[in-house]
Amino acid sequence: MFPTSFGPWLDYTINGLVIGNIYALLAVGLALIFGVSHLINFAHGSVYMVGAYIGWLGITKLNLPLPVTFAVVAVGCGLLGAVIERVGLRPLRNAPRIAPLLATIGLSVVLDQAAQLLFSPDPRALPTQLPNWRIAIGGGSIGALDLLIAGVGIGSAALLYGFLRFTRLGWAVRATALDRDAAQQCGVDVDKVNRTVFAIASALGGVSGLLVGMYYNTIDPNMGFQAGLKGIVAQLIGGVGNVPGAIAGSLLLGLIESYGIALFGTSYRNLFAFVALILILVLRPNGLFAKARRLPPEPLTGTFIAPSRPLVLPRWLIGVLIAAALALPFAVQQPYLLQTLGNAWLYALLALSLTLVAGTVGQVSLGHAGLLAIGAYASALLALDAGIPVLLAVPLAGVIAAALGTALVFPAFRLRGHYVSIATLAVGEIVTLVILNWESLTRGPIGVTGVPPLSVAGTPLVSGQWVYWIPLAVLLVFAGVQTRLLSSHLGRTLRAIREDDVAARSYGVDLNRYKGLAFAVAGFVAGVGGALMAHFYSYINHETFPAPVSMLALTMVILGGLGNVAGAVLGAVVLVGLPELFRAAAEYRMLIYGVVLLLLIRFRPQGLLGTV
Amino acid sequence: MTDAVLRLDRVNSFYGPVQVHFDLSLEVVRGQIVCLLGGNASGKSTTMKIILGLLKPRSGQVLFDGQPLTGLSTPQIVRRGIGSVPESRRLFATMTVRENVLMGAYTRDDRAGVAEDYERVLDLFPKLRERHGQQAGTLSGGEQQMVAMARALMGRPRLIVMDEPTMGLSPLHVDRVLEMIQTINGQGVSVFMVEQNASLALQIAHHGYVLQTGRIVLSGPAADLARDPQIRDAYLGGAQAA
Repeated sequence: MFPTSFGPWLDYTINGLVIGNIYALLAVGLALIFGVSHLINFAHGSVYMVGAYIGWLGITKLNLPLPVTFAVVAVGCGLLGAVIERVGLRPLRNAPRIAPLLATIGLSVVLDQAAQLLFSPDPRALPTQLPNWRIAIGGGSIGALDLLIAGVGIGSAALLYGFLRFTRLGWAVRATALDRDAAQQCGVDVDKVNRTVFAIASALGGVSGLLVGMYYNTIDPNMGFQAGLKGIVAQLIGGVGNVPGAIAGSLLLGLIESYGIALFGTSYRNLFAFVALILILVLRPNGLFAKARRLPPEPLTGTFIAPSRPLVLPRWLIGVLIAAALALPFAVQQPYLLQTLGNAWLYALLALSLTLVAGTVGQVSLGHAGLLAIGAYASALLALDAGIPVLLAVPLAGVIAAALGTALVFPAFRLRGHYVSIATLAVGEIVTLVILNWESLTRGPIGVTGVPPLSVAGTPLVSGQWVYWIPLAVLLVFAGVQTRLLSSHLGRTLRAIREDDVAARSYGVDLNRYKGLAFAVAGFVAGVGGALMAHFYSYINHETFPAPVSMLALTMVILGGLGNVAGAVLGAVVLVGLPELFRAAAEYRMLIYGVVLLLLIRFRPQGLLGTV
Repeated sequence: MTDAVLRLDRVNSFYGPVQVHFDLSLEVVRGQIVCLLGGNASGKSTTMKIILGLLKPRSGQVLFDGQPLTGLSTPQIVRRGIGSVPESRRLFATMTVRENVLMGAYTRDDRAGVAEDYERVLDLFPKLRERHGQQAGTLSGGEQQMVAMARALMGRPRLIVMDEPTMGLSPLHVDRVLEMIQTINGQGVSVFMVEQNASLALQIAHHGYVLQTGRIVLSGPAADLARDPQIRDAYLGGAQAA
């Protein structure tokens, strides 16, 4: 594990620089896009995946010569980028800044799922046609592919520099990035600039995907998610929107990962990136190369609260709905139906939790599944390893999720807008990675088996009705509490932070304290939800609560109406319950979520019941 | 009817539910310097946005050389021949002076003509020749104003619109800027400028309009306006103007 001679270290350095080059191809595109449109493009990783698949088609199916394959990938992904800009983002030009970010998440889900349906979720080999020689240098070695990757990286950087420096359109790109209005007043068509930038960035991203596929000789439809995040991390290290910084940040990240793997092992790889991200966000949010330690101004702020008049359900109707929900097991006997709805109630707890932080306080969390994971593992391990009764373990797990979740997100409290979303996304990933790697506590990749069910006086509550009633009862209690909270002085304060944190602070609101309180309440609710899931599922592992669950939760709360308690429940029932009941094929489900998210952002940002 | 290069015809504009302009009509006679005066929140800067197409009027229209600009985007309007010197200059801070000035010729395809015009504006503002490789953000306020004007000239506009060209400048530079505006006007370019500092604007303008809460309340030859005691007291901040 700990190489002592010089040779292996040289290999790790070469490997780090090669990987860094690949990240750079992604990060440069992200920086360009951020420059002109102030958007962190979460669909970038998916474009990279599409590039890998176009390359795979070219190499293995059409037997194209390698240079032609590269050209086809660049053109194909460039066109895809232009389409993404036109369809997904231009209509949202005047929407709050977080709206296009959410749209890129939706697009990314749609692209990943479409690839999965077209090419199957299984990995595929991407054989390289390059000669298989390696040059030995000083104990290490460099292969043809390493040189190709370095060449593509340096060549792209040189081309990009020439474009920005010496062409008219390149000047327009720079001018638009510096001052959009002034550029327009010079006659620059900023839509064209945006389209161009998306096309260039996507072409680079696609080529990067192809190179990675060749490097590891494997591609799969989900490869884009992690890669896109790495590109974002690299870009943040260099400073958002800073193109040379993005290259430097990428090489640095590549080296950190490579040396980190050398020291700690492969399964830690992603942990370095996300820990580096959190450190950068907290210590130098403008990147390593920025002069001042300050946050960028306006463009990154703003929540996704569309002004609307929420639909107020009359009390009697709420009473009738609750009574009907409670009485349902008497009328319906099928265990499958009850189990599905029980699952929907569990997800509603997650949605309830997210709608509080994302809707009421305006901190759009993209790592909410991490809270479920903490709650689930805490409760399962307390019950199994500490011998604590399940009925006690569940609330304890809620407390642990509240404390741990708040502590993990605490460094992000001083961030705003997009940065909160990125930081919470990273926190969610960190939770998963710690669960995977802390084997002595969590049992690592094997997962936790035989989680005991909820039981009262020795009688396990596992039958159909209990699977339905218990989550429903917990949900009703929490929903009631949250509704009360929203109409209290505290609820008003939280909404004030969402609407204008500067104004709230100037009226004496201690932002950290209130954000902390909101995350603690949200952590408790989601933690209890996760704990119940663990005891109902009886088996959990690090993949039970993956990142897509966070995206699903976000779709639920936007569907119902951000901040809206009844909306969160409705969102969960619609998105978890209905697809199951209609027996929609499981492989289409994520695709449906992605499409629903996109349509909502575009046409009904206030959700079904309206934002509160 | 006079030969107007720019005419606003009964423009009504809104920010959301708030009405900014009420039947605003004015015109810029070809070859003249025309100033629009008014205090804070009178709708001056919004008038610039309307002319440049950054904000669409709800009713009424803007005519440039007799052609309505309705429905055109800002770049399209600029291509028609309107140059702009935005409020607080709005240079591209990390681009060089040369790049900034040449951005003004973005819409033009005649390379030779652009090179010729570039020399011409450098002759007009010799200071910029020394500074051509420097980042625009590092210049002084007065020098930045020169870059902004040079940039606006590079599109060979028939009309230049300026939003508070003297704002934030030292008194020394203010006089230089007024001279520059007259120099530009001397090249045959009509100028429409929005100014808060009425006494300064009226020194060089041919014609003036006074805007108050979205309505033109007075207009006339600049010399008459400058003498009008009512304006000096009510609209121009008496003491300052005196």
